[in-house]
Amino acid sequence: MSLPLDDDAKIATYAHPERLVTTGWLAQHLGEPGLVVVESDEDVLLYDTGHIPGAVKVDWHLDLNDPTTRDYVDGARFAEVMGSRGIGRDTTVVVYGDKSNWWAAYALWVFTLFGHTDVRLLDGGRAKWVAEGREMTRDVPTPEPVEYPVVERDDSVIRAFKEDVLAHLGQPIVDVRSPGEYTGELLHMPDYPQEGAMRGGHVPGAKSVPWSRAAAEDSTFRTRQELESIYLSEKGLSPQDDVIAYCRIGERSSHTWFVLSQLLGFSKVRNYDGSWTEWGNSVRVPIATGPEA
Amino acid sequence: MTADQHLPDALAELVDDFTSVDPPDRLQLLLELSDELPELPQRYVERSEQMEQVHECQTPLFLAVEVEAGDDHVVHLFFDAPPEAPTTRGFAGILRSGLDGLPAEEVLAVPDDVPFKFGLGEAVSPLRLRGMVAMLGRIKRQVREKTAA
Repeated sequence: MSLPLDDDAKIATYAHPERLVTTGWLAQHLGEPGLVVVESDEDVLLYDTGHIPGAVKVDWHLDLNDPTTRDYVDGARFAEVMGSRGIGRDTTVVVYGDKSNWWAAYALWVFTLFGHTDVRLLDGGRAKWVAEGREMTRDVPTPEPVEYPVVERDDSVIRAFKEDVLAHLGQPIVDVRSPGEYTGELLHMPDYPQEGAMRGGHVPGAKSVPWSRAAAEDSTFRTRQELESIYLSEKGLSPQDDVIAYCRIGERSSHTWFVLSQLLGFSKVRNYDGSWTEWGNSVRVPIATGPEA
Repeated sequence: MTADQHLPDALAELVDDFTSVDPPDRLQLLLELSDELPELPQRYVERSEQMEQVHECQTPLFLAVEVEAGDDHVVHLFFDAPPEAPTTRGFAGILRSGLDGLPAEEVLAVPDDVPFKFGLGEAVSPLRLRGMVAMLGRIKRQVREKTAA
């Protein structure tokens, strides 16, 4: 049984208002049966320093990535992760996290690969909840394990592989990394570790829209109007376009995937999670350098 | 897993503490070290230009190394990382608890791969451990520079 939708006025303007809730909505529904709150952060210990009461942790490295193959976990492991957190197939899941929900959006995208129906983001994430002085705790809940069905991951709709991007050259591609990474001047994010790309630059023809442009100062998503002026007016994209987004390893582009598909209602958006660490290292794959053409 | 016999006592003890418990408890130990990381002394507060940034960490971390003038060249370590970066703070806590107050010679003798001896790969993922490897490398380089004269 799903929880009611948030009827907040800003959320109502987005294409899929069922995918987003406000901190006020969450505070009101916290603890209700049928709801599980998930924290997903860049820093694996941040949850342990304090989290929303009752929230469980899902870590992108430890829970969602396969430990050996560079891929996401399979259906059996995903069922284990979900079941152990007390999440059933019809549970309403609200995901939140640090860095303007960058990692939370990544978790939501992976949940969507497994077709979990009711998964929503907390608008503003961890930072907004904390800034509003709402309750945080170090008490780690011990959820009653539940049965989660083993569902095959469907990579065909919202995920793109290198071959898909090669076949897509000439059609809309959005590079969501920082400007320095796009031009090729930097091989990694400012202040972040070099994660091993051989060459700097971007996929030929990609438009540069750093992911964080979609987030306001308080970590919430920008209004629909603001988002439309960036992606539609400024970049010339249209909701009917077939779009592929990428970044360095596919996490920042999950945030943009969420913005385009869930907030602006683009019908076909795929996240290329191999992203620059694959593209920038691949043999006989074209790259471009310098500013946007 | 056995503790390396060449490790300084305090560091060897930490290795034992971490490896004698299951991965979830290793995270708790790391959290304690993060909580207990000492505040920056006044002489470094707001003077981050006197500290070295460890770019390999996911979140900005600054460190300072002081070496005492005596024959032993006793080493002191200072770290600055925000509370939103508890893993990085925990790594700094391990190095501070394990190395602060030791003679330069012992710090320099610590194997470069010691960050992999705490069983943290399973608990935080190997990728995240790069930050601690980089911190240790930068500490040793500074100790080497400051004892060279």
